[in-house]
Amino acid sequence: MEHYVGQHVGSIDKAPGVGEQSGSLATYTAGLGFALLLTGASFMVSQTNLLWPPGVPAGLAVLAIAQMGVHLVFFLHIGTGPDNNNNVLALAFGLLVVTLIVAGSLWIMAHLNANMMPASAIMEMQR
Amino acid sequence: MSTQAIAAGLAGPEATTPRGDGRVGPAPVRIVVAYGFWLFLLSDIIMFSALFASYAVLSGQTAKGPSGHDLFELRHVGIETLCLLFSSYTCGLGVLALERRRLTFFYMGFALTFALGATFLGLELSEFVGLVARGAGPSRSAFLSAFFSLVGLHGAHVTAGLLWLSFMVAQTAARGPRDFVRRRLLCFSLFWHALDIIWVALLTLVYLMGAR
Repeated sequence: MEHYVGQHVGSIDKAPGVGEQSGSLATYTAGLGFALLLTGASFMVSQTNLLWPPGVPAGLAVLAIAQMGVHLVFFLHIGTGPDNNNNVLALAFGLLVVTLIVAGSLWIMAHLNANMMPASAIMEMQR
Repeated sequence: MSTQAIAAGLAGPEATTPRGDGRVGPAPVRIVVAYGFWLFLLSDIIMFSALFASYAVLSGQTAKGPSGHDLFELRHVGIETLCLLFSSYTCGLGVLALERRRLTFFYMGFALTFALGATFLGLELSEFVGLVARGAGPSRSAFLSAFFSLVGLHGAHVTAGLLWLSFMVAQTAARGPRDFVRRRLLCFSLFWHALDIIWVALLTLVYLMGAR
């Protein structure tokens, strides 16, 4: 119903999980199916040598991001429709902060490690 | 909102209220509440990201103790993953059933959600107890401290979710599927789905990458 109204005005918003047509048995079942496939693929990639071994972490990351997308679209109903703008913008801001925290921490700590004197050398200096 | 939509009764009781001058008033409560809760969930995810970052930094610092490769049992973790995924599914179906006023299906869906969530929690607790018994408790190394805080925080969220779920089922039984009960159930289902999203990240970073 919200969808119907939204089509006419375009200024009426939708909230996550709200809306008659966005959630249906078929949506949830499709989401479950995709999520099961992606989880199975993740376990397979991590346990076999199907992928070139140095590429496995990247492969796992891609599968995980795909599965999170499936959960967002099929379970939380975060779509791309014009009535979903607020939700998507909030999500984009959340993702920005998450990226800054995770990538920033890893970057800084990797450089700290590289610039740190080995523990044995510190011991040596303290004598 | 178009006047045709109002005249045809398509707008429904929760739709935006017309002001009479062709423009619309504030958004319906259901939309505002769910949007506010979505913002809370995003901030919760940001809190998790700090713990994810510290785990990623510390995962190699095992202090000559056991690493993830020695400790993690993927079969165990696989069952946990399936429990959480199916509980997300049954939770979604439960809310769907309530929206269509099929109360029996709603109770069935939420009973299954509770059972699967409790199974997940039991498996996680048994894993924690096993790790501590093997001398791999949170005080063993920086890696294990980060592991227990990250996985433990997710477990604490699941515990809170199970309490909330029980409360909401009791409230639905006592007050019926009124608007405010349905809004709270909608928020609960968003919370439960978000926990599943965090578990996907946790499974990949901690278990699948760690067990290699």
